[in-house]
Amino acid sequence: MAFTTEHENGTSEGSTKIRLKDVYKIFGEHTEDALELLRSGKSKTEIHGATGCSIGVNNASFDIRAGEIFVIMGLSGSGKSTLLRLLNRLIEPTSGSIEIDGHDITKMSRKALIELRRRDISMVFQSFALLPNRTVLNNAAFGLEVAGVGEAERKAKAMAALKAVGLDGYSDSRPDELSGGMKQRVGLARALASEPSILLMDEAFSALDPLIRTEMQDELVRLQSEQSRTIVFVSHDLDEAMRIGDRICIMQNGNVVQVGTPDEIVGNPANDYVRSFFRNVDVSQVFKAGDVARKTQITIIDRQGVSAAAALEQKTSRDREFAIIVGRDMKYHGMVSQASLMEKIRSKAEDPYHKAFLADAAPILASEQLSSVLGQVAASAWPVPVVDDQDRYIGAISKSALLETLDRAN
Amino acid sequence: MSFDIGDGIDSAVNYILDNFSPTLDFIAASIGFVTSGLQSGLLGIPMPLGIAIFVLLALWRVSFGFAVFAGLALSLVGQMGLWAAMMETLSLVIASTLIAMVIGLPLGVAMARRDSVAAIIRPGLDLMQTMPAFVYLIPAAMFFGLGAVPGTIATVIFSMPPVVRLTNLGIRQVHVEFVEAGNAFGCTPTQLLLKVQLPNAMPSIMAGINQTIMLSLSMVVIASMIGAGGLGNTVLTGIQRLDVGTGFEGGLAVVILAVILDRLTQSLGKKGASWRLPFAKFGLREPEAKAA
Repeated sequence: MAFTTEHENGTSEGSTKIRLKDVYKIFGEHTEDALELLRSGKSKTEIHGATGCSIGVNNASFDIRAGEIFVIMGLSGSGKSTLLRLLNRLIEPTSGSIEIDGHDITKMSRKALIELRRRDISMVFQSFALLPNRTVLNNAAFGLEVAGVGEAERKAKAMAALKAVGLDGYSDSRPDELSGGMKQRVGLARALASEPSILLMDEAFSALDPLIRTEMQDELVRLQSEQSRTIVFVSHDLDEAMRIGDRICIMQNGNVVQVGTPDEIVGNPANDYVRSFFRNVDVSQVFKAGDVARKTQITIIDRQGVSAAAALEQKTSRDREFAIIVGRDMKYHGMVSQASLMEKIRSKAEDPYHKAFLADAAPILASEQLSSVLGQVAASAWPVPVVDDQDRYIGAISKSALLETLDRAN
Repeated sequence: MSFDIGDGIDSAVNYILDNFSPTLDFIAASIGFVTSGLQSGLLGIPMPLGIAIFVLLALWRVSFGFAVFAGLALSLVGQMGLWAAMMETLSLVIASTLIAMVIGLPLGVAMARRDSVAAIIRPGLDLMQTMPAFVYLIPAAMFFGLGAVPGTIATVIFSMPPVVRLTNLGIRQVHVEFVEAGNAFGCTPTQLLLKVQLPNAMPSIMAGINQTIMLSLSMVVIASMIGAGGLGNTVLTGIQRLDVGTGFEGGLAVVILAVILDRLTQSLGKKGASWRLPFAKFGLREPEAKAA
């Protein structure tokens, strides 16, 4: 930073506000064992198999600067909401340190933590979480109320916060009388009322329709220009991240894969996953066949003594044209269509499954680039089965699933 | 090896009788204070005034139609000469419901907070609810003699489970984001309970209280066998004399009381009668008009 300005809460603009160091969050019972396995380089699946634990956040270390809007981005299940909740210890970290203004909050007593939440950090939720039994004003004053601020003062502050988000005329309404965008303005006012230095926003605008969402983003940026706070914003929407984010942190499967300004991330994405977030990227080069394969087709396990007619019944009742026949070990045997199976059953053929296999339904390998199988899927009259390198069935790619994938990315 | 559970219970009851009679007397005295206070208070209200109070409550909380029904039904009870008996029953119901709430609400909260507590209390509640109601009458009478006090105690035991269960359930079902919001804004556990969990669990807790009132009404009738008095006496007399008419009159009065109590308590925690809403609407703002 070329220049720094003294901020009213003592931290200067651009200096480190929140510092995460080697932060892990593991969900489950034997987190110690899981942590050890994780550090020794075992994969998520191996750890889940051995300990039953799942990894929420894997070794996150980065700084959040005072006064910036820091967006944590990732697909659902990437651990972004977990990471956010570690910052005010709504979720307890398994290991590592989280410093706010130089104080490690992971070592704070319960009491100090409550003080911190009342003074310094507040939060805005995806589904608003406004208390339905309170008026808009009393919702906005909630944080001050639990902090023991006197009635006159907290009402004045809550009113000022409502005014800041343009809702001062609604102080006596109930939350259920408001539209979604207005509810989230109340959520924002509640978070601003205690004048915290840090604002945590968990997919705060995701539940709003696109027009209102843009408006709320602008509102947030405007509020930020009036009075600068450190905002940590979780989102799965790239447009949102680019619009409001000073810096963006991208998460994948609990790992922080890249932290940087929007320009840095677009210009120099750390890996294909990051790249896949951006427009004009050829996703067929990024995704493998296995990433697109879905288990929407019915699988029938080839067992002796189970009649093919029963299988057919199962198939018709679920309204599926095709079914994949697998062995007990999930190895791929072949694919049948309703018509082909019915014909063999009618003619009382021995081993009707094998006779009914569609001749040209050759499976493709999960590790194949999507780009190299586009032609095959497009030309095939039925979903193309996908198997792993041990010949086990993992799903099928239908034309519609393929188009959806290509469309989502472009 | 065989042993006799009944003998064990007998000797436990005798042990309590021999060693804890001052405690039992104290409990009896405090419950007696509540019930007899309520009873003399309710019996002190003249019948026309009592009926008027019920009608006004029904008008305020439920609906015009229900107020008419309440007025007619209660006049019928008066005509049958059962008003005093009904007030006695009502005082027993109120006393035992209050005691059940005083004990049951904290128990429900404790269950919601800790799974281990819930695991211990739940079988107790099952036992209290499934044990035939008559069984409670025997030790209650042995410990506290005959009359309204043992009747109240047996009624409390029988009717408490719903309020405990539904308090527990209500608190557990509070939306997880509400609890997160409470914590994120720095609530202490007590603040979280009082400001977030209990208000949002209210519909469920009110349903529990309603169930407790209904159960205590049914138990109060049975408790007349140990001299609890009230409408149960009328029914009991009908049985003993094989007098179908008297029994039916008592039963009808119980039903009327049950219907009125049920509708009135169901309306608690909700907004007032719906027929008032058209007037209230003029005072409401149109939120969508200023929507972004």
